[in-house]
Amino acid sequence: MTNSWNDIKNADVVLIMGGNAAEAHPCGFKWVTEAKANNGAKLIVVDPRFTRSAAVSDLYAPIRPGTDIAFLSGVMRYLLGNGKIHQEYVKAFTNASYIVREGFKFEDGLFAGYDASKKSYADRSTWDYEFDDQGMAKVDDTLQHPRCAINLLKAHVARYTPEMVERICGTPKDKFLKVCELMATTANGERSMTSLYALGWTQHTTGAQNIRSMAMIQLLLGNMGIPGGGVNALRGHSNVQGITDFALLSTSTPGYLVLPTEKETTFADYMKSRAFKPIRPGQTSFWQNYRKFFVSQQKSLFGAAATKDNDWAYDYLPKFDTAYDVLKMVDMMAGGQMNGLFCQGLNILMAAPNKAKVQAGLAKLKWMVIIDPLETETAHFWENHGEFHNADPKAIQTEVFQLPTTAYAEDEGSFTNSSRVIQWHWKAVDGPGESRSDIQIIADLHSRLRALYTKEGGAFPDPIVNTTWAYAKPAHPEPVELLKEINGYALEDLPNPADPTKVMLKAGQLLPGFAVMRDDGKTSGACWIYTGVYTEAGNMAMRRDASDPTGLGIHPNWGYSWPANRRLLYNRASADPAGKAWSERKKYITWNGSRWVGGDVPDYAPTMAPDKSVGPFIMNQEGTARLFARGAMPDGPFPEHYEPMDAYIANPLHPKVTTNPAVRVFAADAKSFGTPDKFPIVATSYRLAEHFHYWTKNVHDNAVLQPEMFVEMGERLAKAKGIQNGDWVEVSSQRGMIKAKASVSKRFRPIMVDGKPCDVIGLPIHFGFIGLTRKSYPLNTLTPPVGDASVNTPEYKAFLVDVKKTTPPASSPAVA
Amino acid sequence: MAVTRRQFMKVSAAGLAASSVGALGFIGAGEGLAAGVRPFRLEKATETRNTCPYCAVACGVLVYSATDGSKDAKPKLIHVEGDSDNPINRGTLCPRGAASLGFAHSPNRLQYPMHRKPGTNKFERVTWDFAMERIAKLAKEDRDKNFVTKNRDGVTVNRWLTTGFFAGSSCSNEAGYLTYKAIRSTGILALEDQARI
Repeated sequence: MTNSWNDIKNADVVLIMGGNAAEAHPCGFKWVTEAKANNGAKLIVVDPRFTRSAAVSDLYAPIRPGTDIAFLSGVMRYLLGNGKIHQEYVKAFTNASYIVREGFKFEDGLFAGYDASKKSYADRSTWDYEFDDQGMAKVDDTLQHPRCAINLLKAHVARYTPEMVERICGTPKDKFLKVCELMATTANGERSMTSLYALGWTQHTTGAQNIRSMAMIQLLLGNMGIPGGGVNALRGHSNVQGITDFALLSTSTPGYLVLPTEKETTFADYMKSRAFKPIRPGQTSFWQNYRKFFVSQQKSLFGAAATKDNDWAYDYLPKFDTAYDVLKMVDMMAGGQMNGLFCQGLNILMAAPNKAKVQAGLAKLKWMVIIDPLETETAHFWENHGEFHNADPKAIQTEVFQLPTTAYAEDEGSFTNSSRVIQWHWKAVDGPGESRSDIQIIADLHSRLRALYTKEGGAFPDPIVNTTWAYAKPAHPEPVELLKEINGYALEDLPNPADPTKVMLKAGQLLPGFAVMRDDGKTSGACWIYTGVYTEAGNMAMRRDASDPTGLGIHPNWGYSWPANRRLLYNRASADPAGKAWSERKKYITWNGSRWVGGDVPDYAPTMAPDKSVGPFIMNQEGTARLFARGAMPDGPFPEHYEPMDAYIANPLHPKVTTNPAVRVFAADAKSFGTPDKFPIVATSYRLAEHFHYWTKNVHDNAVLQPEMFVEMGERLAKAKGIQNGDWVEVSSQRGMIKAKASVSKRFRPIMVDGKPCDVIGLPIHFGFIGLTRKSYPLNTLTPPVGDASVNTPEYKAFLVDVKKTTPPASSPAVA
Repeated sequence: MAVTRRQFMKVSAAGLAASSVGALGFIGAGEGLAAGVRPFRLEKATETRNTCPYCAVACGVLVYSATDGSKDAKPKLIHVEGDSDNPINRGTLCPRGAASLGFAHSPNRLQYPMHRKPGTNKFERVTWDFAMERIAKLAKEDRDKNFVTKNRDGVTVNRWLTTGFFAGSSCSNEAGYLTYKAIRSTGILALEDQARI
């Protein structure tokens, strides 16, 4: 989230699209209720299903799953065509005026530089600005140049007329225009709109571009960096934000640094592409500090073994040739290329698409270690559960371990919530039986490996035996020790920059913030964005002062919000170029003549005068936000509508390029996609208010409230198929078949797509063959094994199926 | 002075006896009522501040633990409620968080390290030491056999691709960082979490 849960109350318009906050994030949704009740806010919900969020909305518009970019591009066309943009904001704070290189084009569904043999944009060189001989991007402040980013954008979205939106999305034109009009009321600095989304946007082959479309709309409206504005991802797991920050991801290192590729053979090579020099006069380009963050991180990981002479242990890090993301891992397992697997609280048999492929992959492993507080389907993948999960234990040679962990209230530590707020939790009781904390288990594994490599040697023992492990109890590091290590220390006395004869920080003191990090090995700090969370003043994550001096819902002394305890990102943009608030209503951070002041930590140099013209988006080399993404996205500098891989229709915009051309499809999956002649119904997956993922099916109360798998369908489809509420239904896709009970509802209604009625059904994700709920077929039996072109998030939200009435499962679904 | 509910009911009963209810002949009704009221069950419980284990709203919860009073008994969770001091949820909980006590007490919680041998049809209980020793040995064997020091072009890559690690997105930051540190140092590239899926 760019903004915070509490900040939603400042919104004048709330858009819930690509999510269903009322059911998936009920206690976050209370801030929507607050905005409606006390700020006169209007709620817009755009969703294939009339959800509980829709039920309390002021305006609901239906949409076909997987067509969000068409809808949002139509909104952009409306805003640009009707002068409903925040002109001064767009001109000063975005790259609207930047001139794009000659040779950039978009034709017949493809941007310039596509290589059909590689199925990717091998040459993205034209997706960039024109530069002058000083290396500065060329701009035209009059916005007259035909290749100004905003003019290219206008041309790009011109095709998304309300009629085209209706044809692709099935959203009636009048509803669509009402949504546009309501959004447009915020294009002025007086009012703001917040966007709340979740997996309904990410789980598509165009997932990242869905979100980018919304970010562009928020820039056009001037809603970034504004109270009650922003683009807000409502995230799933309690610490998925923190675990993302700590880079438990194939090609990242903590704090959004990047793991080196095998082309970056030396540290110097690696740093060459990370110079991030400003490309507009006078800009800051914050990532110029990259080297300080990287070296400090290596000092945390490898301590004395990371020296200037060995390039800060650069070779201790693995170098990647390609991303080993979840889908790639499953493909490797299924192809027999993996021998061992650890599953720490991740139920991969349920969580990855195309269950048959995952199951086959797990059976090819030599060994698997489950680290979890609960029984999971993955741990029992070798067990036969009849038609719900057919397996032959004798034939499966995988050795499996289950290691019980502590969970909720049984250990202490910090979680980072969806809006980046780090909160400490305290231990209340011991875990059951012989359970151990994740920290203990990992420490034990590392200690044993380290001892083995010290004693026996083996393949490249250096990084294992040199990992810093200076904990009071090496077998059981304390969470506070770890949070201090994350924060970082002065490793030597650090002089005061203002007076070098004085010491600013003594060796061994905790760093007060990332601004003091150094690239000479004199500071540590594992994750620069967290530096400041544990200082000499104490553990900031433990703070519990709920006061809110401005009344804007900032709560600056509750826990700690990364980075730098900032609660609202890009907040410099809440003031105009001269540093004055855009309006009294949205006043947040302003220039008082000598510094930036307000209720939050400025997202800017605190004494940088506005007349220096440093842009508010300091993480970009240009200081402005990007309507044109340059080469940052693999599937285009502008979003474009492509059909889901299970395409319901030929793409009306360019029938020869129906689906996203930059999507990765593994050879083994070439025949995994369905067509509407065999599978004429659109399916989407969703979550229930009563369940959390695959956990709460193990909890009695939740299992009673929602006891079994079902398929939700509209009355028209049910009637056509002779299906009554409660009947058993077979749902099939190109990947497999499940049986579930029908729930016939008015929440799904057919929509007119490309002139024909389209039926959509919904399937909850939560049910499986382990738990206190009735045994059910896992939903991922049906879903396609393909991900988003940018980040490979699986396409769970739009796929094709057929349904028919059937008989109950042969093995009667009894409670496990 | 702290007044328990039972004491409060007794005081009320005394008042009741002297009142019109007493005059109507219901003498003793108050005492009877007081005797029938259980002590407030959180009275002797320990309150601990926590965060809901489920979604990333991160609602504040208060968990209450107590022993059953028997000798050497370990405290158990007995109650969960929203933390009204927490500015994010202001004391509210959803159907998942409100039932989270049942997660702690789920009959499907794992209790002991278990081991399934190849080709067999059951998990067997093992000791931590057996499990961890065997896992470390299997991991080292695979790493030593398949570790890639240099790629085809002779570039140092130091990677281990034949073992993967899925990290938990409900682990604390501290556990997550330690996991990163321990796993990356082995050269594993196939390190992923729930964020992408």
